[in-house]
Amino acid sequence: MNSLAPVNSLEVSRLAYAYPDGTQALFGVDLSIARGERVALLGPNGAGKTTLVMHLNGILTAGHGTVTVAGTPVRKDTLKEVRQRVGLVFQDPDDQLFMPTVRDDVAFGPANAGLRGAELDRVVTAALERVGMLDAIDRPPHHLSFGQRRRVAVATVLAMEPEILVLDEPSSNLDPAARRELAEILRSLDVTVLMVTHDLPYALELCERSLILSGGVIAADGPTRKLLSDAELLAEHRLELPYGFTIPAV
Amino acid sequence: MSAGHHHRLHLPGDSVVHRLPPQCKLLAVLAFAIVVVATPRERFWAFAAYAVLLGAVAAAARVPAGHIARRMVIEVPFVLFAVLIPVIGLGERVSVLGLSLSVEGLWAAWNILAKATLGVVASILLAATTEPRVILLGAQRLRLPDLLVQIAMFMLRYMDVILDEMRRMRVARESRGFEARNARHIPVIARSAGALFIRSYERGERVHLAMLSRGYTGRMPIMADMTASTAQWATALALPAGAFAVLGLSLAGLG
Repeated sequence: MNSLAPVNSLEVSRLAYAYPDGTQALFGVDLSIARGERVALLGPNGAGKTTLVMHLNGILTAGHGTVTVAGTPVRKDTLKEVRQRVGLVFQDPDDQLFMPTVRDDVAFGPANAGLRGAELDRVVTAALERVGMLDAIDRPPHHLSFGQRRRVAVATVLAMEPEILVLDEPSSNLDPAARRELAEILRSLDVTVLMVTHDLPYALELCERSLILSGGVIAADGPTRKLLSDAELLAEHRLELPYGFTIPAV
Repeated sequence: MSAGHHHRLHLPGDSVVHRLPPQCKLLAVLAFAIVVVATPRERFWAFAAYAVLLGAVAAAARVPAGHIARRMVIEVPFVLFAVLIPVIGLGERVSVLGLSLSVEGLWAAWNILAKATLGVVASILLAATTEPRVILLGAQRLRLPDLLVQIAMFMLRYMDVILDEMRRMRVARESRGFEARNARHIPVIARSAGALFIRSYERGERVHLAMLSRGYTGRMPIMADMTASTAQWATALALPAGAFAVLGLSLAGLG
């Protein structure tokens, strides 16, 4: 543990990226997330949220600028390490759960890291317990409900003991009960969380701080409540609260 | 294990056969099939003895005859082919129920039917007593190339997902009034198939990213401890050993 060192979980500095076809998606993103923070990354569709997320574990490599995870810069030679530290939870749990049973799936990451036997069992059980899915350990993923699959997807990443958990639209396709259950789980976790979403009430519920990504730059950074109560700011970046929802300014 | 599309072959249970490690069962079925195929077709009683051996395995595994019979439908195309051989065969002919049949063709048909049936029943017993994913673990254990095992594993996992996507595309077509009725509709179906292929390909890419994110290096980590004891190997190999003994007796006695 180097928790005494004042290292941020995530540092992104002047990150710019253009797709091979020339479309510029990011125009110099700066952000930093301290250890233990839960931060929402808000933005309309097409703002570059997914592009940014793909830089966080080196799936895309920066055209310009740097990404640093817990002090380790994301580079070709650090990919393996970075990918263990950044736990990416994909939007479609079927992309994330590729093994025949829940147990095998959660074990995949730690087993690649070299764990075997009783130690592996312990890690798998603990991760499933944290998301309340221990009962499903021997079931095949396609027999679970969508909400259950998303929780198992979170467990597969937790089993890697990541420095930061990055969730892509965690509330999408969930019914209200599953949505609340996931919120309770996320709140109970003791890890840094970056939640990419355009579900503003969910961001308010879970994250103290929010960033607005718009037009490939960070357009706003502040307490979630303050940002969401600024109707003008939201409108400027194509963000809207659901019908009937108001957040009084503090 | 009920709703799964590919679990129709598997019959959950807790018999001696169910509990054997998959690699033992795989090798036993393979060896049994080789002995059966190596048996000269004139040794009728040897084939009867093989059938009895399989019957004993089925009884030990508590697989009902009905289960086996229903799954033997897969053999029907071979049966049809075998039935045709005596009719179109050449050489010396005999008259059976007014039909002129080729003697050599009859022998060939019997040879195919007897050997295929024994092989199919042995495979059905393997599938009935072993979950599909466990069979793959056994294959991995027997050093089948890792890539093949992984491909089969993903097929197992994503079959339902892709079938589901196919069903949604069909519903989308039909809700806009399209129903494939004649050859002119083939291009529409072909485009759907193309779209499905691209979707699956893109899913493959996303799955690969998910695997990389969790430290995938090209090999599946072997997680389950599946070492087989000598006793388990002996139990499993009793089937091919029995068959081999029958073959030896039939060759020595009647040769």
